[in-house]
This record gives sequence, structure tokens and C-alpha cells, in this order.
Amino acid sequence: MRKIEKIALGQYIQANSPIHRLDPRVKIIAAVLAMVSVFLTETFIGFLCWSIALTAAIHTSKIPFRAALYSVKPIIGLILITSLIHILFTKSGTVIFTWGLVCVTRGGIEFASLIALRLIAMILCASILTFTTTPAKLSEGTARLLSPLSRIGIPVCDISMMITIALRFIPTLFEEMQKIIAAQKSRGADFESGGLVRRTKAYIPVLIPLFVIMFRRADNLATAMEARGYVGGVERTSLHPLVWGKNENIALLICTAVPSAIIAAERTLFTLLG
Amino acid sequence: MESERQFTLRGAEYSYPGAAEKALCGIDLDIRKGEWIALLGSNGSGKSTFLKILSALLKPTQGVFSCFTDNACDKTKIEQWSGTAIVFQNPEDQAVALSVEEDTAFGPENIGMERTEIAKNVKNALNAVGLSGMENRLVSELSGGQKQRLALAGVLAMKPHTILLDEPLSMLDPQTRREFIKIIEKEHAAGKTIVQTGHSLKEIRSCTRVIILDKGRIKADMPRKEFFDLTAEEIKTLGFEKPALETLFEMMKNEGLTDKETIPCVQSATEILLCRSQRKI
Repeated sequence: MRKIEKIALGQYIQANSPIHRLDPRVKIIAAVLAMVSVFLTETFIGFLCWSIALTAAIHTSKIPFRAALYSVKPIIGLILITSLIHILFTKSGTVIFTWGLVCVTRGGIEFASLIALRLIAMILCASILTFTTTPAKLSEGTARLLSPLSRIGIPVCDISMMITIALRFIPTLFEEMQKIIAAQKSRGADFESGGLVRRTKAYIPVLIPLFVIMFRRADNLATAMEARGYVGGVERTSLHPLVWGKNENIALLICTAVPSAIIAAERTLFTLLG
Repeated sequence: MESERQFTLRGAEYSYPGAAEKALCGIDLDIRKGEWIALLGSNGSGKSTFLKILSALLKPTQGVFSCFTDNACDKTKIEQWSGTAIVFQNPEDQAVALSVEEDTAFGPENIGMERTEIAKNVKNALNAVGLSGMENRLVSELSGGQKQRLALAGVLAMKPHTILLDEPLSMLDPQTRREFIKIIEKEHAAGKTIVQTGHSLKEIRSCTRVIILDKGRIKADMPRKEFFDLTAEEIKTLGFEKPALETLFEMMKNEGLTDKETIPCVQSATEILLCRSQRKI
């Protein structure tokens, strides 16, 4: 698949798993619940439970484990920096290592590891959602969850339609941009040499026609949509309406029970062990 | 017996806001159910404006336009939809949704069709345009010809009584053009009214009536047969070029080789000419 088409699918990985088939609303709720609970988890035992729960979730979703691990890659820098700050500045427990002003304590290392685990677990929660749900379904699900907001005048339906159209047109715009660049290169435009400022400036003549094309396209698309009976802000029927059935109830139950159980167990053990 | 009227225009005019000249002027016309109209004219002659009026996207600034909707379309919740659907020139600008199936369902969803009916119509429409089996493909992965067929599927799924085609072939290659025309021929045979604009006379051979617009006015309006019976010279004065095949038949008729009733086709031309050369030998 070309890179640009990946944008329209986001991180979505096609598979036929029970999680893929769930209503996007329940998946969004579950991801939010899980992330809040991860945030509240404070012990290594808690994270051990999370790793089991997340492994089970990834296994059920039929996502390759490699893909799930790769999703953590973009934030490795953030994890390292946060951990380092915590190692250097948390002073509690026994001192392990000192070097000049630097003083590493046992508490610091523990705290830094917990922060790192927390970040990784949160990213995995979000990734399971985006791996199993197409952006279109995500936007539809979010719109439906936020639909009470339309009562206070926020056009939720229209925003969802806008997101879908934006996703649909990213590849088209990219193609258009490639065409303009090719046309300008053929007439001797130089996009490669010079410093950053010069190269950035070289793209200005690309952006101007791109904007003109975009506006023309938007106008044509609006006419086409109107011709196909689209009226903004009006309830539409749907070929694949979101259905909240028995499976969704079970999923919601699991996704409420597991995080609550993890946190409750962790707190009980913590008090028991003092 | 003449069929019922589908559209009626009486003294219809349209001028775009701020434009000095009228885009359409003094249009008096009846379009009957099941007709296939070829709307010809140079760029700026008002063809697109005319189609936009038929599809109720624009309202005439003067005069009367009426569209007679039959009962099949009364089930729809949104009554503003006139039962007329339009395919535009650029296949890139018409798809809204991400996947082929979702995009085909976009129109039916807008006009409030029931879910089961949408599913049935989407399936039939994709079948009709030869895109079945590609339901889950991304629109951005399709070729230009496939995108234009998708646009047509989106229109067919709405179950319109009339299909308007605004130069739908101009961005397609010859092979795809032929396929596209075949699909339209089928829809016409199924009883749909078709209004098609274009430049090339080769592409309007299946129509039943030819209307030529010039500077917003109707310059000519005649049945297809009558139009193609005009001499190459007469068609040239109207601003078009008679296709080679029809020109050949005109010449053969002048030579007394065929009569007026023979339908121009490559095979009959070959047969007649072969016959003649054998007789000469």
C-alpha cells in the first residue's frame, strides 16, 4: 500500500476479530476508561496486571504484537527524557550512585520506571483503538458520543462529515501537490539545493496553486454533495448504522471490571503490605 | 402515443449574480419520460446551467420550471429531492466517503432511505456499473474511469427517474467511454430519462433527441434521426462535425448505394462496398 493511502486508514489494520467488529463507541469509551485507570495505577503489581490485560486485548484483536510494539516507537524519546528527569530529580529512598551533583536514588529509579510503564500502557490502549477502528468509524463514533452537544448548538454531525471529507481528500491533495511539483521541476524549479530557508521558500509557488485547486475542488464537491441530496445538520439514515448490542454490553462490562479490579487489587495489596 | 412529461420549462431564464449576460434565455421545452436527450453546444453555451436547473440545484431567475415526480420517489423523507440525479465531469470531485460502498450509500442516506433498501440499491448499483466485489476498496485507490463509474453508481443507488450527465466522458479513455455509454444504454432501456451533454457526436448515437444550445438559447431541437440525416455541411453550420461513419453513409446515399432507412454501422457499410467492388470487377 502506498504511504499516502495509509493516512486515510490511519493505523488501521484489517482483521476479523471480535474487537474489530465492536461498535466504535464502546471502543472509545473503553480506551478512555483504560487510560484513566492506567493513570491511577501506582505500583509494579498494577502494571504487571495491565501487561497481562493488554496482552490479552492485543491477542483478541489479532493485531501482530510487533505492530503494537512499534506504536510505542514515536514516544521513546519522550519516555527516556521523562525517566531521566525523574531519576535525576527524585530524591527518596537509599542512594545508589553519586557523581558530583548527580545523585541517583532507589526511589527515583522506581518512580521513573513507573512513569515509563504508564506512558507505554497508555499508548498501547490508544493504539488498540486505532488499530481496530477506521478513522471514519472513529469520527462517526465520536460524533455519536458527543451528539448531546448538538443541543447547545455545536454541529457535531457536520464536524464528523468534515473529518470524513478531509480524510478522503488527503490522498487527492497529495497527488495534486506531486503534479504541481513535477510541473515546476520540468520548468527548472529547484526544490533540493540551498539551506532550509531557501528550500522552504521554493515550496511557496507550489502552495499557491494548491490552494487555488483546493478551493475550486471544495466548490465542485459542495455542488456534487448538494446534488446528491446532502443537507447540513439534518439526520441521515445509514447503510451501516452503529448498533449497540449484546457484545457491546459484554465489552463494556469487561472494560469497566478489569481496570477497576486492577486498581482495587493494587490498593488492597498496598494497604495490606503497608 | 407520446409519454408523459418529465420536465417543463416555460420562458425560463437564468443569470448568474453579477454577470452581464444571461446564461440561459427564453427556454421553452418539454422533456418527456424515457427520452434520451443529447444537449450540445460550445463551452459557455449554457449546458451546465441547464442541467443544474433540471436537477433543481439552480432556480430559474425568470420563467417556470416544473419537474413531474412519479410515486416511486415519494417514499423519500426529504421531499426537496426532485428524483433527478447528476454525474459531473470530474470524477475526482464527486466522491465524498472513504470506501466505495460508503460513497455509493451517501446519496440514499441523505434522502432518508431505509437501511435494507440502501443495502439492496447499493448492491444493484455497484453491480450495474461493474464495481461489485470492490465495496471495501478506498476511493483514492480507484482509477479515473472507476471513479466515474462510482459516481454513476452513487447516482443509480438513489433510484432517480432522470439521470443528468454533465460531460461525464470527457476525462475518460475511449475504452472506458464505451463501457460507460453501455451502462447508460441499459438504464435508458429500463425506462430512465437521460439528459447528456457533450461535444462529440460519436457519443450521442444512442440518444433519441438532440438539442443544441447557443449563447443560452435553443438553436436546434430535433429527433436524433432527423439530426443525423442532416448533411455534413448542415451539421457544420450548427458548429459540429458529422462522424465519419454517418458521413460515409451520406455519401453512399448520394451515390444511390443505400436508402435513407439503413442504420449506419460498420458491418453494413463493408457489405455494401464489397458488393459494389465485386460488381465492378
